[in-house]
Amino acid sequence: MNGFWDKLLEVDLTSGSHREVKVSPTIFRKFLGGRGLAAWLLWSELGSKWESVDPLGPENMLLILTGPLTGYYPGIKLIVSGKSPQTNGVVGSAVSSEIAVEIKAAGYDGIVIKGSSKDPVYLYVHDDKVEVRDASKLWGKTGIELLKMLRDDVRVNYDLEGVKSIPPALYIGPAGENLVRTAPVNAKWTHGAGYGGYGAVMGSKKLKAVVVRGSGPLPKVANLEEFVKLRNELIRLIPSKNYWFKFWGTPSEYYFAGNRKSSEPIRNWQEEWHKNIEYSHHDLETKVWVRRYWSDWGCPLSCMKVSIVDIDGNYYLTDGPDYEMGAYLGSNLGIFNVKEFTALSAIADNLGLCGIQTGNVVGFAFELYEKGVLTREDVGYELRWGDFKAASKLLEDIAYRRGIGKVLAEGTYRAALKIAEMKGLKPEEVLKYAVQAKGIGIGAHGIRSKADYPQPIAYVCSVQGGDHTSVAGLPINTIESESWKAFFDSAVVCWFNLFNIPEDTVVKFLNVVTGWGMCKDELYKELGPRILTLQRVLLLLGGPDVYWDPRVHDDNPPRFYEPLPSGPYKGKAGDREEVKKLKVQYFSELGWDELGIPTKETLSRLGLTELEPAVERVRKRLGI
Amino acid sequence: MSQLWIFRDFDKCSGCRLCEIACSLRHEGVVWPEASRITVLEFAPGIAIPHTCVQCYDYPCVKACPTNALYVDGKTGAVLVDTGRCTLCGACVRVCPARVPKVVKGRNYVLICDLCGGEPECVKACKEAGFNALELVPKPEKAYVDPYITLPEVVASKLSSKVYKGFSKEVLGL
Repeated sequence: MNGFWDKLLEVDLTSGSHREVKVSPTIFRKFLGGRGLAAWLLWSELGSKWESVDPLGPENMLLILTGPLTGYYPGIKLIVSGKSPQTNGVVGSAVSSEIAVEIKAAGYDGIVIKGSSKDPVYLYVHDDKVEVRDASKLWGKTGIELLKMLRDDVRVNYDLEGVKSIPPALYIGPAGENLVRTAPVNAKWTHGAGYGGYGAVMGSKKLKAVVVRGSGPLPKVANLEEFVKLRNELIRLIPSKNYWFKFWGTPSEYYFAGNRKSSEPIRNWQEEWHKNIEYSHHDLETKVWVRRYWSDWGCPLSCMKVSIVDIDGNYYLTDGPDYEMGAYLGSNLGIFNVKEFTALSAIADNLGLCGIQTGNVVGFAFELYEKGVLTREDVGYELRWGDFKAASKLLEDIAYRRGIGKVLAEGTYRAALKIAEMKGLKPEEVLKYAVQAKGIGIGAHGIRSKADYPQPIAYVCSVQGGDHTSVAGLPINTIESESWKAFFDSAVVCWFNLFNIPEDTVVKFLNVVTGWGMCKDELYKELGPRILTLQRVLLLLGGPDVYWDPRVHDDNPPRFYEPLPSGPYKGKAGDREEVKKLKVQYFSELGWDELGIPTKETLSRLGLTELEPAVERVRKRLGI
Repeated sequence: MSQLWIFRDFDKCSGCRLCEIACSLRHEGVVWPEASRITVLEFAPGIAIPHTCVQCYDYPCVKACPTNALYVDGKTGAVLVDTGRCTLCGACVRVCPARVPKVVKGRNYVLICDLCGGEPECVKACKEAGFNALELVPKPEKAYVDPYITLPEVVASKLSSKVYKGFSKEVLGL
């Protein structure tokens, strides 16, 4: 089919075998690829026993998927998925890397990894040559060191083939090896598919890395002439409509989100406003960036920046840091010094920790220390806001599961429950400091000021919890809805390259590649709701360690109902009545009941009647 | 008209590969990075080396070809491949100090930059995206060209020492 190979590579790490698996074009038409395909594959394979599948056990699958826009539309993304050790549902976790293109060039739409290896291995794929290789020498290595070793291991022989690109890798650091639930699947030096916690899934399979080299072309497009024309137009349009990304990347938000929009996490979200002008893109460009333009594959936008800092003779290398890293490892920990949070971002990259999820749990721990819930005896050292050394030590303790790090390695939600148990407190006495939704720490865009993009139900109704790239919202048939996010994560294209580009243009691009006749209406009325409905049911099935009750967990974290203490939006807070009203409206417009459980009619309309028994299981558990 | 040359500004390359995509679309009618006549190698953040033919004044590849499959386009100075004559023996690859000719699965002849007959698509793509790391210029004299006849690792190592200073070895391992 145009735009697809209709084929996945399936590798079983228990037996070391592999095979090609055909996927019917009708499945792609129903779920596109990436996130939608992940939900469908997981449902098909594990749906009947979902509640008992341990995300960190050999039964879980690790999915590495492209979509019909991958490699065609400007910019690049790849979706990593599986049963999430954070939500116990399905998260489509996006990461930028040319490995997405290599997978397609190798002749696959994606890679499915099943089972688990006894000893550390890495997967090497060169077209139809698939090898499960020994990784005992790579196990334990941190990012930069690992990438150098891998590069030497898979070097192209220039004498035989001429100079070719360096085969790219997905990998985990020590955190993933140690099953830390805030571990991403990393790519390049500084990227991670963070939401979902799939680094821990990879670690549980004893899989250190996946290297892919594709020699062939991408699948043909349906209309080459139109494709080239539209693509060239977009390459001009995208950077011109979003020039600030090119100049400053997301670091432009450090000051803008904090000062102008009052939506930035400060000291575990106790505040969302600041007036520190030095905590800005300008200080990064003058103190930190050594190269302004660093692009991912096929990207004209170039939002990454190469950052190097030197603190006490130690060098730290990272990207940006992008807004989320800076906010979570900077202001959220009370650190406003650009060099210090750049270093923390580099430390997180290298250890294989997600900066958002780990910054969330570290901020949580700092506040517990401030409030006296955690003490020096619990931690071994002081946790004071703004203390770079304490923060960097805690990152290491989490990655290696040492001391209190062992508890925090479970992520904010699970850590809160454990700490409550440790301290003989009621769960809600600790959960009130946990700024998370359904096991996922909330991205660095708050809702209280209503001046930023997330709506009051953004994280309440998202099927990916606190994921700031998959927020829910109204009106339902617009980019505010989570359907739009399900679409771009399933077409597998970078959200930033869609900013200020009309949906019609993007759908037209999809049709030019695939030869389909999709329209915007189908996106919002069928495709998006279908993917969200499937994800919602799997999220509500949950288990085995954690289950969600819509009556309790479809809500904002308690902190979002506390009034903002400072700034132009001082006094503004989430409104429980408003949230309740919007939630019911949003669910109803998706064809779900007032508890967000998809109705029979909706399942039938979306071609998902096979989910009926699963919905019954959810109802039975909830006693409704 | 003088012959042409693609100047590569290593300080400006963002590693985006838009050049590779444009090249493969032009020559192969599909997105096919491996078959691009320009190849970007990203050795470290910000150390991306666009690698392609620099049209050596003595054309060792042309001289080494046992089947006379390679010849010079007098107008542009590019090395052209007679696809019917090329046997993929690899002599040109081994004799090229920069290992530029590419042997690619699915093509039974080597791939070398042909300067798109005088209007290189890679240069256009780089300009469209606003990076300007590639510039089309009249072919400079031999002494200007010669230092560019080298492997991407060599360029990366020098560039990295400049950008990363003392940290270069640790990041790059080169």
